[in-house]
Amino acid sequence: MRWLWVDRFTEFVSGSHAKGIKNVSLDEEVVDNYCPGFPFLPPTLIIEGMAQLGGILVAEHFLFDKRVVLAKVGRAKFYAPALNGTTLNYEVHLDAVQENGGTVTSTSRCDGEIQAEIELMFAFLEDGYLVDGPLFEPDDLKGMLRIMKFFSVAVDANGNRFPTYEKLNSPSAPRSQHAG
Amino acid sequence: MALAKENHEMALTDDEIFAKVQSALEDALGVDDDEVTMEATLVGDLGAESIDFLDIVFKLEKAFDIQIPREELSPEDILTNSQYVQDGVVTADGLAELKKRMPWADLSEFEADPKVQNFGNLLTVGDLCRYVGAKVND
Repeated sequence: MRWLWVDRFTEFVSGSHAKGIKNVSLDEEVVDNYCPGFPFLPPTLIIEGMAQLGGILVAEHFLFDKRVVLAKVGRAKFYAPALNGTTLNYEVHLDAVQENGGTVTSTSRCDGEIQAEIELMFAFLEDGYLVDGPLFEPDDLKGMLRIMKFFSVAVDANGNRFPTYEKLNSPSAPRSQHAG
Repeated sequence: MALAKENHEMALTDDEIFAKVQSALEDALGVDDDEVTMEATLVGDLGAESIDFLDIVFKLEKAFDIQIPREELSPEDILTNSQYVQDGVVTADGLAELKKRMPWADLSEFEADPKVQNFGNLLTVGDLCRYVGAKVND
């Protein structure tokens, strides 16, 4: 099972914000099983979706050179359950970055109405801490970003579309001319 | 210069600084305002863990519009330097270096038993207020 809690990016501006959508489907086991008889997407997985958008926003700011992990959920307010059949529109803004972490503020909207507001803090794992090397294999992360349509919408720090990142290419892989 | 500074930004009083620090710590650590006293230690009394310090730094930077370089609040470079630490104890040179780096911190208790492991529970809310005060009002 893949742990992808955003269906696709719809906007990404380096150092500023990321937007994405999450469709809540009854076919998803968690939606159906979390609260039997009253299906909705568990709030923790909305936080996870925000963390995926936000983590990529923070990681991209450092050209995917940092080992970014979700460190703290500062504040999370949920105004309505995310019912099956709805589309959640996530929007994450980069709030602050430091040499060893970053913070984002994010919202989830459903049919234009605010559904959740969440503040997250990310930390950068120091070299050798917990595990050695990158948290993702470079090609895996690139593949994940590609299927989430990141490269179709992203604008990098220089204002360029279809950005490429050295860190997303495995050292032995031939250099791609396009998309990542 | 003084006039220009006053026009730009009024100096904060100790009470104003404490109120902002208190609010940042309440948010970051989930503690009540009456727990956040000047004497309370961040780790021992308020339960701060290492990841909370990053959170506190972000909140103070935002509240006071300042930059907090990592080494100013966490002098790990001194505490892991063999020039300043012998057998897990900070040397006189090391203590002098810490005092130079952290003039706002009350190191008197630490000096009595300067084991590196004792450093973790050193900082108090008052230290934090003095640190921020020095940054915003100097």
